[in-house]
Amino acid sequence: MAISRRHPAALFAVLVVGLATTGVAYAAVTTGSTPQAVAPSQTQVQEGKEIFLQGCSSCHGLAAQGGSDGPSLIGVGAAAVDFQVGTGRMPMAGPGAQAMPKTPVYNEEQIAALAAYVASLGAGPAIPTEDQLKTNEADLAIGGELFRTNCAQCHSFSGRGGALSEGRMAPSLMKSEAKRIYEAMITGPQSMPVFSDKTITPADKQAIIKYIQELQKQENPGGFALGRLGTVTEGLFLFVVGLGALIGIAVWIGAKAK
Amino acid sequence: MSDLEHFHGEEPIGSVDGIDVVSGKQVFPMGPHEPRRADIDPKAAKRAERQVATMFVLATVLILGFVVVYVKVPTTKLVAFPIVGTASLSNVLLGTLFGLGMFLIGAGAIHWAKKLMPDVEVAEARHEMRSTPTARQEFAAAVKQGAAESGFGERKIIRRTLLGALALFPIPLVVILRDLGPMPGTRLRTTLWGKGVHLVTDPTYRRIRPEDIPIGGLINAVPENLLHKEEEDGNLNERGKASIIIVRMDPADIVSQQGAGWDYQGIVAYSKICTHVGCPISLYQQRTHHLLCPCHQSTFDLSDSGKVVFGPAARRMPQLAITVDADGYLVAQQGFTEPVGPSFWERG
Amino acid sequence: MSTTHYEDPTTVVGKAATYVDDRLAPAGFMKRLLTKVFPDHWSFMLGEIALYSFIILLLSGTYLTLWFKPSMTEVIYNGSYLPLKGVKMSEAFSSTLNISFDVRGGLLMRQIHHWAALFFVAAVSVHLLRVFFTGAFRKPREINWVIGTGLLTLAILEGFAGYSLPDDLLSGTGLRIAEGIMQAIPLVGTYVAMFLFGGEFPGTDFISRLYSVHILLIPGILLGLVTAHLLMVVYQKHTQFPGPGRTESNVVGYRLLPIYMAKAGGFFFVVFGITTLIAGLVTINPIWLYGPYTPSQITAGSQPDWYIGWLDGAVRVTPNIETSAFGHTISWNILIPALIIPGIMFTALGLYPWIEAWVTGDKREHHLLDRPRNAPTRTALGVMALSFYLILWIAGGNDIIATSFNLSINTLIWSFRIMLFVVPPISFVITKRICLSLQRRDNDKLLHGYETGRILRLPHGEFIEIHEPISVAEAAMILGKSDVPALALPPVVDEQGVKNPKARSSKVRARLSSWYYSENVPVPTAEELQAAREHQEHALHAAGEAGAIEGSSH
Repeated sequence: MAISRRHPAALFAVLVVGLATTGVAYAAVTTGSTPQAVAPSQTQVQEGKEIFLQGCSSCHGLAAQGGSDGPSLIGVGAAAVDFQVGTGRMPMAGPGAQAMPKTPVYNEEQIAALAAYVASLGAGPAIPTEDQLKTNEADLAIGGELFRTNCAQCHSFSGRGGALSEGRMAPSLMKSEAKRIYEAMITGPQSMPVFSDKTITPADKQAIIKYIQELQKQENPGGFALGRLGTVTEGLFLFVVGLGALIGIAVWIGAKAK
Repeated sequence: MSDLEHFHGEEPIGSVDGIDVVSGKQVFPMGPHEPRRADIDPKAAKRAERQVATMFVLATVLILGFVVVYVKVPTTKLVAFPIVGTASLSNVLLGTLFGLGMFLIGAGAIHWAKKLMPDVEVAEARHEMRSTPTARQEFAAAVKQGAAESGFGERKIIRRTLLGALALFPIPLVVILRDLGPMPGTRLRTTLWGKGVHLVTDPTYRRIRPEDIPIGGLINAVPENLLHKEEEDGNLNERGKASIIIVRMDPADIVSQQGAGWDYQGIVAYSKICTHVGCPISLYQQRTHHLLCPCHQSTFDLSDSGKVVFGPAARRMPQLAITVDADGYLVAQQGFTEPVGPSFWERG
Repeated sequence: MSTTHYEDPTTVVGKAATYVDDRLAPAGFMKRLLTKVFPDHWSFMLGEIALYSFIILLLSGTYLTLWFKPSMTEVIYNGSYLPLKGVKMSEAFSSTLNISFDVRGGLLMRQIHHWAALFFVAAVSVHLLRVFFTGAFRKPREINWVIGTGLLTLAILEGFAGYSLPDDLLSGTGLRIAEGIMQAIPLVGTYVAMFLFGGEFPGTDFISRLYSVHILLIPGILLGLVTAHLLMVVYQKHTQFPGPGRTESNVVGYRLLPIYMAKAGGFFFVVFGITTLIAGLVTINPIWLYGPYTPSQITAGSQPDWYIGWLDGAVRVTPNIETSAFGHTISWNILIPALIIPGIMFTALGLYPWIEAWVTGDKREHHLLDRPRNAPTRTALGVMALSFYLILWIAGGNDIIATSFNLSINTLIWSFRIMLFVVPPISFVITKRICLSLQRRDNDKLLHGYETGRILRLPHGEFIEIHEPISVAEAAMILGKSDVPALALPPVVDEQGVKNPKARSSKVRARLSSWYYSENVPVPTAEELQAAREHQEHALHAAGEAGAIEGSSH
């Protein structure tokens, strides 16, 4: 009988080493590209549900079906959660006319979990991808036309916001990031209506975002823009600074010289 | 002494014994003139002169600078300035150079007057506003004589026929304005909408399927035949009447409509033209279903026949009855059943 | 005085003057003009700001006409402003973009023109307030006041026409509202709207029609009225405040040549300079951000230029009253704020000199101004009307106020509605009270002088405060107040027993007159002044004798 110089576990060891090597090598090669639209794992949805029950259910109901203080979240989609919680609007400090953006309560991971949970409740708009937010192909002039037809009536021609009924406001867009703008359009947060991708296509939306970014540059060829609030601030400036200066000089002219 | 010179301390013009002859109020003589520094100190005068001259010289430099900037700086260059922000370099420079230049010319002239020109107050007599009785008499007599000579008074036929002709003289001037514009006719009652006209997105002119509109959705829309009509007419008149908004709400939220079955599965279409004074409205608040006009804050409830819930508009927003065609696109069932836009006398 | 021997001048200027005088003989007139005396007070320069702004408008406007195209023909923009490249717009809007971005100094010209327009109406308004509150509209200046009212109305219309010319989204919205208002006029509304716009709104005629109104018709009328306005001021001579040496029969001040030429001429350059400076540094009417006008677009925060703001506010706060009967609709919600209220206000403004003259029965000429406190009813009426105007003006910006201060537009509108009825009467009462108090204070100063704050203890233990008598100039100012008695109630029947046909209107007039002069504080009589002076001297004499004991307080 031949004596084997191999250890009985050698084959096993080779398999383990082989698997580990290829596994590590594969991970090393593929790290850095986060795959898009990853199907949320069950643990992420579960984590989201826990966060929801703790921080959101008191207004939105235990099954997110809605209540007197908050609407139903079934079908609002991951994008809505990403927008509302990511900008800090939700959770709202208390019921009131306007949900104000503030420092987010939850971190990115928690927001992703919440989004996954709400998305699991019913089909709704997904968080926009990097590709959807690219504006280099977008037409600035078309963006302007679309903005003036669909956005200026609430957010004003300069994007600095406007009044709605009963103390509500369409907020200023001057600090809004592309992702938030897209999310707001497809989810229709609070008073804002929904602009689906079918009627305002992703290309349309990119054009609108490009135009808003142009507005954000705050380039005012004529000089100090007085808040881009139109004729109201122009009139105030006229009386306070302009007429004030001229009357001051008139007083100087009429005063007795020493 | 001419009536223009007045020495301080003497009886003011128009007063006797310190009493104003016209108003009867006490009048005080003017106090002694207080000399300015430049009046007594030649060095101060020279200083003032130098200040004025400096202002004028500076103005010259600035104005010449304007010419240089005009030639050298292109209109499109933007620069970030403190306080002012990012602005056109050309506009800022041209404005400040010319503006300051002119200001200095003015300030120099004023400074010159204040410091160096005499500041002794002088008095000038007013003359009575009314003419002398003689002048009035002569005027009246001249008019009377002229009128008598013309015969305007006694020759009744001439007078009456002249007045008649003169009264009619302006008529051609008015009549000729008739062709300024057309008669209203039915213009204010008709729009491009009619049975089967497709609803398309504004400004991208795409047809719309009901499933493309989520609940809470808003679409600014126009009739499909608008594009062609605008090119044909060369104006925006039809757009001003036919523009609509389409919103979708949960059918259970619809309290009432202007006609049975005018919606399509919770999608309703309303005119966009405010019934107050005509501003287009697309400020739709999806939670309350309220449409708010930014001009004068008229508010309409689109879940309740577009009725007015706040503001100065007196009439509800007209609704457009819609349905889908065989291919599944949204079309109008008929035109509007009431005039869109602001009220008018003949409206009814 | 002996006639001095006149020799023809030998200088170039002298020869030129001789040439003109040989043909037109202006020497006498020019001498009177150049030596004319004008009084010196800063509030008399407000009208100058208006005049200079008008000149700046004429100048900058003429320049703009060289590049602006007043046509509604549709073009595709292909200029330097990239966010609008390829966009369809009218030629009017496109040429305005061209001026702003492709003509050197074009944006400056536009901004100078627009800022000067705002200054023009503001200066006219403030000047009107000065003339009103000082009573400068009284005889013989009533006609000039009416011309002034006309100037204000035309200036407002001219401004509206001007900023609507570029055919941008904001001003086009204003035109839409104007057309809606026209349409609402009973009987003729639709015809007026169709005729002015050449059809329905917006049509293709309106901008070019507005252009001829804006550059020819109204400026021509304005020029004529301004000339008449100034000629009257020169001929009737400017009014002046009461003061030392000033009577109803003189003007005290400085001569046109050289002082006023320098001051007024200099002020022109100052106004032009400051307008240009502002035009270089502060954006006005950025039409490229509004975009070209189309009747299916609108912006939140749509307001007209400031001088139309009160009409916008009026339209916002008026409740939605509309009546329809027999197939006809009357839109009270539009007629009241847009036509009836402004009609009443401008008419009352224009007629005010005659209203006041009827109430007071004052038929005298007035060249000395009233200090506002000395005409408490007039001042209070003015403040009341002004408060009404200001509330409407602020209401025009209610949505901007809402977003700036986190308020509800609905609450704001209700607040303004209430304020319109509550604030004016309260402001009347408060203003009248303040005026009467100031009159009493003036009398006090006249009789007792200033409180110096220096306390003196007299030998017998009494504490007195040393009062400094007021200056001659101030006394002259205070004593310049005119005391006009209220009209007497007329007899209902005369001596023969014949009933007075004007009895009722005279009674109304007398009642109004006594209300107008109610509680007026009369100027101290000569005896009272004498008594006060003696008392003052006595106190000072006693203080002088006491000498050493003197405390001081701050």
